[in-house]
Amino acid sequence: MKIHEYQGKEIFRKYGIATPRGFPAFSVDEAVDAAHKLGGKVWVVKAQIHAGGRGKGGGVKVAKSVDEVRSLSRKILGMNLVTHQTGPAGQKVRRLLIEEGADIQKELYVGMVVDRGTQKVVLMASTEGGMDIEEVAAKTPQKIFKVFVDPEQGLTDADADEISASLKLPRSERALFKSLYKCFWDTDASLVEINPLIITGDQRVVALDAKINFDDNALFRHPELAALRDLDEEDPFEIEASKHELNYISLDGNIACMVNGAGLAMATMDTIKLFGGAPANFLDVGGSATTERVTAAFKIMLSNKKVKAILVNIFGGIMKCDTIATGVVAAAREVKLSVPLVVRMKGTNEDLGKKILKDSGLPIISADNMADAAKKVVAAIKKKAAKPTKKKVVVAKKKKAAANKKKAKTGRKKK
Amino acid sequence: MSILIDKNTRVMTQGITGKTGMFHTQTSRAYANGKACFVAGVNPKKAGENFEGIPIFGSVLEAKKTTGANVSVIYVPPPFAAAAIDEAVDADLDLVICITEGIPVRDMIMTKQRMKGRRTLLVGPNCPGVITPDEIKIGIMPGHIHKRGPVGVVSRSGTLTYEAVGQLSELGLGQSSCVGIGGDPVNGLKHIDVMRMFNDDPKTEAVIMVGEIGGSDEENAAQWVKENMKKPVVGFIAGITAPPGKRMGHAGAIISGGKGTAQEKLAVMEACGIKVTRNPAEMGRTLRSVLK
Repeated sequence: MKIHEYQGKEIFRKYGIATPRGFPAFSVDEAVDAAHKLGGKVWVVKAQIHAGGRGKGGGVKVAKSVDEVRSLSRKILGMNLVTHQTGPAGQKVRRLLIEEGADIQKELYVGMVVDRGTQKVVLMASTEGGMDIEEVAAKTPQKIFKVFVDPEQGLTDADADEISASLKLPRSERALFKSLYKCFWDTDASLVEINPLIITGDQRVVALDAKINFDDNALFRHPELAALRDLDEEDPFEIEASKHELNYISLDGNIACMVNGAGLAMATMDTIKLFGGAPANFLDVGGSATTERVTAAFKIMLSNKKVKAILVNIFGGIMKCDTIATGVVAAAREVKLSVPLVVRMKGTNEDLGKKILKDSGLPIISADNMADAAKKVVAAIKKKAAKPTKKKVVVAKKKKAAANKKKAKTGRKKK
Repeated sequence: MSILIDKNTRVMTQGITGKTGMFHTQTSRAYANGKACFVAGVNPKKAGENFEGIPIFGSVLEAKKTTGANVSVIYVPPPFAAAAIDEAVDADLDLVICITEGIPVRDMIMTKQRMKGRRTLLVGPNCPGVITPDEIKIGIMPGHIHKRGPVGVVSRSGTLTYEAVGQLSELGLGQSSCVGIGGDPVNGLKHIDVMRMFNDDPKTEAVIMVGEIGGSDEENAAQWVKENMKKPVVGFIAGITAPPGKRMGHAGAIISGGKGTAQEKLAVMEACGIKVTRNPAEMGRTLRSVLK
């Protein structure tokens, strides 16, 4: 789970990590109030969305007067912020963080994640702060200093001193790194990143940004963190899916797919691509799909207007093919399915499942294996696209005629 | 021969009284020598009772001492599953297979730390389990799709493993053992560990390695294969179409920092002499093409 920068900074403050003073604002008036409360002469208006790259996208601006705070807030609040992480669709800004301006002398980077190789938490530090750290890692890996933390001891004084030295910070900053690690560990974080961590003109070390992600599997023991979830930042399809215990991720293509199991779902998407199609989503119905759940899955897939066909791929193990077939038939009927549906079923009670699909009288296209299913679903879209062209032509002609009539009318009016 | 488990393995189920534990203990017991293999259950609150004749003990150690069980399978809910692994490791079992999905990463980091220097092996968590066809099935995989034979199967996912096995069996190619290592970032045996075992197993003639996006376990295994493996290996990686930064179901299936893409993994595997396919419907036939 991701949280906003201002929420991350509130958590940092609890751990004694220095951040600029600031207040969140949900409206222009609140932003102006925040500026008054903060005082001073320089403020920063920061768009709060979960994606990174906000500065480059125009979501972070410096204001030199309260009036400017007002005008910038008006501009940024409600804007559709497009960054390299939001995708072309962008993300609507609904919250701001108004902060005191900072006197930046030097920008550093500190980040923490779980390293799969060593199965430990790794703290990464670099003097190349403020930049795209992935680029630093790719081009100049020697500029990233890493400490793998012993889970029993936690981040030791020696670890902290090594990190300070790598960043050319005095030893007095030991506490900062120890607090940061404690923050990561205590909150069951999966990512903590400060980019940039700054040295100010008066030699203070301050977290100018805060990015924290939490391990979804551990949220059950952190209700206070779970409450920070902002549903506005999430894909509505994915939210709806999670209510039905479905694992759903929106993608850009037009072939919806429903599969049991995450690995098989990914492989199904790959097969669609391999045969010239594009998947509209990743959807894992899980190991114990009921008719209700399959129906919910169909509704979610079809609420994506880009979808032109559906591919169902089930390897029945514990879950029986006849159960899934009954669910698919019921779902297709309930949603009055209007796009081609290709079903591939394999495993437990396969024959029974196929019979249910056949006897349903629905125009379900049956496939023998994954490749066959992908070919058939791609062909079905092409066929559907080819068929109604005549109709389209007729419609287009009608439209043209109507437009001509309108033209004629308006022409007369003008006269 | 086989790897990890065979008909002489004696198994206890931790979490035998839960819905999942009961169901899968029943199906595992009904498979091949299951009746002789599944000898104990563990639940501290139900010690002294039994599940369909399988005695339930208060602790792993007690179950081991009384029944001689040397392997445990875990269906305990996620908040308590890491502690269940710890208990099995403390009891010095040979092998722990943890099926449970959704264990916090922090818990697994601590468990793995505690396992250092201990001889107990861990498969999973968040995995389908291990099966040696016609001998023993420990886990949630459908037994009937398997067939005894010369192919070793190691995979990070569940149903995609069944897909591979289904294709093999249909071509008449049986399996020596099939190991689902699970989809979590912090886990027990990795591809490389299982690959080593298949290399040493005289009954395994070829191995199919099924991976997915995230991490670099497949690359590490491929490098090892290049230097040590005496048997042909074929591979498939799921997630060519997966977008970066999105977790594809499994906690470990995520492309982050530009690392762990399917393309990158496939390229390394190919460079290490593993025959890869980009079409998951061809996993079985690709394996057949490398068998003598």
